[in-house]
Amino acid sequence: MKKTYKIEVDCANCANKMEVAAKNTPGVKDANVNFMALKMKVEFEEGADQEEVMKEVLKNCKKVEDDCEIFGI
Amino acid sequence: MTAKQKKLLIRVIAAGISLLILYLLPIKDRPLLRFLLFLIPYLTVGYDILRKAFKGIINRQVFDECFLMAIATLGAMALGEYSEGVAVMWFYQIGELFQSYAVGKSRKNISQLMDIRPDYANIEEEGKLVRVDPDDVEVGSIILIEPGEKVPIDGVIEKGRSSLDVSALTGESLPVDVSEGMEVMSGSINLSGLLRVRTSKEFEESTASKILDLVENAGSRKSRSEKFISKFARVYTPFVCFGALVVALLFPLFRLLILKADPMWGEYIYRALTFLVISCPCAIVVSIPLSFFGGIGGAGNQGILIKGSNYMEILAGVKTVVFDKTGTITRGNFEVSGVHHSPIEEERLIEYAALAELHSSHPISLSLRRAYGKEPDKNRISDVKELPGKGLIAVVDKKEIAVGNIGLMHSMNIQCEECHSIGTIVYVAIDKEYMGHIVISDEMKPHAREAVRELKKAGVTNLVMLTGDLQRVADEISKDLGIDRVYGGLLPEDKVTRLEDIISEKVGKVAFVGDGINDAPVLSRADIGFAMGALGSDAAIEAADVVLMDDDPMKISKAIKIGKKCIRIVYENIGFAIGVKAVCLVLGALGIANMWLAIFADVGVMILCVLNAIRCLFVKKL
Repeated sequence: MKKTYKIEVDCANCANKMEVAAKNTPGVKDANVNFMALKMKVEFEEGADQEEVMKEVLKNCKKVEDDCEIFGI
Repeated sequence: MTAKQKKLLIRVIAAGISLLILYLLPIKDRPLLRFLLFLIPYLTVGYDILRKAFKGIINRQVFDECFLMAIATLGAMALGEYSEGVAVMWFYQIGELFQSYAVGKSRKNISQLMDIRPDYANIEEEGKLVRVDPDDVEVGSIILIEPGEKVPIDGVIEKGRSSLDVSALTGESLPVDVSEGMEVMSGSINLSGLLRVRTSKEFEESTASKILDLVENAGSRKSRSEKFISKFARVYTPFVCFGALVVALLFPLFRLLILKADPMWGEYIYRALTFLVISCPCAIVVSIPLSFFGGIGGAGNQGILIKGSNYMEILAGVKTVVFDKTGTITRGNFEVSGVHHSPIEEERLIEYAALAELHSSHPISLSLRRAYGKEPDKNRISDVKELPGKGLIAVVDKKEIAVGNIGLMHSMNIQCEECHSIGTIVYVAIDKEYMGHIVISDEMKPHAREAVRELKKAGVTNLVMLTGDLQRVADEISKDLGIDRVYGGLLPEDKVTRLEDIISEKVGKVAFVGDGINDAPVLSRADIGFAMGALGSDAAIEAADVVLMDDDPMKISKAIKIGKKCIRIVYENIGFAIGVKAVCLVLGALGIANMWLAIFADVGVMILCVLNAIRCLFVKKL
């Protein structure tokens, strides 16, 4: 299951960091952050609770870059 | 400018002014007052960096840029270099502001370039025109499009005629005339008359939405350079920080213990701090996706949809282009191209042939009818006899007309001259007497020759044509165009095998250009697949890596040139940014570079790289 979220982040390197942070969150199979389009595409593991996983993703992203936001969780 | 950017701008200006005033104040010999006064611009411009640095420590993000910037500037202040500490922070924020502005601007630029997103649709409710969200319009509803408005959803015209500006979709500047029964694509602009359109798709599935989706998501397929840079960024910062530690600790210790000299702690810590100023990899990291984004957006504006940054790289390396003939080089609609050996007027011959073939639905009879050009009078025809595989015999104006291939002539024992022209030959006999033949051939596209020439100019060395047509026909066309190699008489599955043979020759990257009909397997087998004039064909858009929205073959070389320009700029930026930073690190370690040079290596390089990246957007004249 794949889903795309709109994100808010200021610098390109922070976007890369968010991508790594999202990828390393349990329940996430793969993640891709597109800095120019400000979009995060997340592929969830089978049977994962998307909402719960995304809350964790946001938490992990906030750790690497405080000034970021993921919309529509 | 966004509110965030405006706020930062005001802070930068305020800090700049107070910095200037501090320079003019006579406070040289009052260190404490000087320190306190310099804190004003420092905190004004950098308080958020300090706050983020603090949060970074809590989250154990040692290599956080804000954290490193905070150490560098606070360290400089501690060493008594107040103005440098403040200046580093000041320039850093200017860099951030510039970057954020440039990125936002090019985001906006691209959406303007691709200005096809319709905002509303007009529907009729109880005799009144109502504006609704195009998302809410169901398939099969009637929408009204007034002159000057964008077509919001794909559909078929129920009533009205007009001309449409399709330039945002195909890059073609000539308006297209449309009338009842014709399809309209969302994203085109209605120029003259009111149109009533019955929608055939949902908004999400309509052309405009699909194109925008494609362009916006292109950045998700990352190129090798982007992957390299994000890996590089991950090791670069720790590496520089480690270097700073070496400079700050090992160098003085070396002097103290081995050389028995003054360790010069202050000097080496200052040098280490210059390292930290250069530790942020942002310059390179931002310029790469910005370049690709610009290139993809600029190409989209020219009617070339590139599905990912990775394909930009492949485009730049294309040395072999394989064409499928029909639909790419030729139009795929057959036209009468000549009438030979006819003792009567050519028009009369075509008239007889067209009338005889009136009831046939064969493509050949359609071309004959087009060449005739007038409304055929059905009453003139009688007794039509079809001879499968040969042609037909009909009575027109009380004359017996035989129209067909040479086999028909032989079977009727009619003497005729065999034709050697390229194309399909239609022999005509009137009352069993040979009256000449009509040549019908596939029409070449107007720019086909220039397209081949431009491809060669763009560095393509190997041009190949594949076709299901006869080898003889294929040879003729390729000779005319200057294509090196031709394989005719191929079945669709043969095309894949041929393409695999060509790929195994390893002449650069191999591009395949098809019209998107029946060639999906070949499109996906090539290193990069071009679908031509594919707008509206979902299967082709799915299978291809590059979608050319109109069917102009010139766009192939243009796409390759865009790829080359984009990749050149990317490499320039990578080389320039890494080069300058490396030089500055070495000079910094030796004590030649001071903090001012480090600021240039950080902010200056970033600004130059971003400006260079923006050049990718300008691809119109390629």
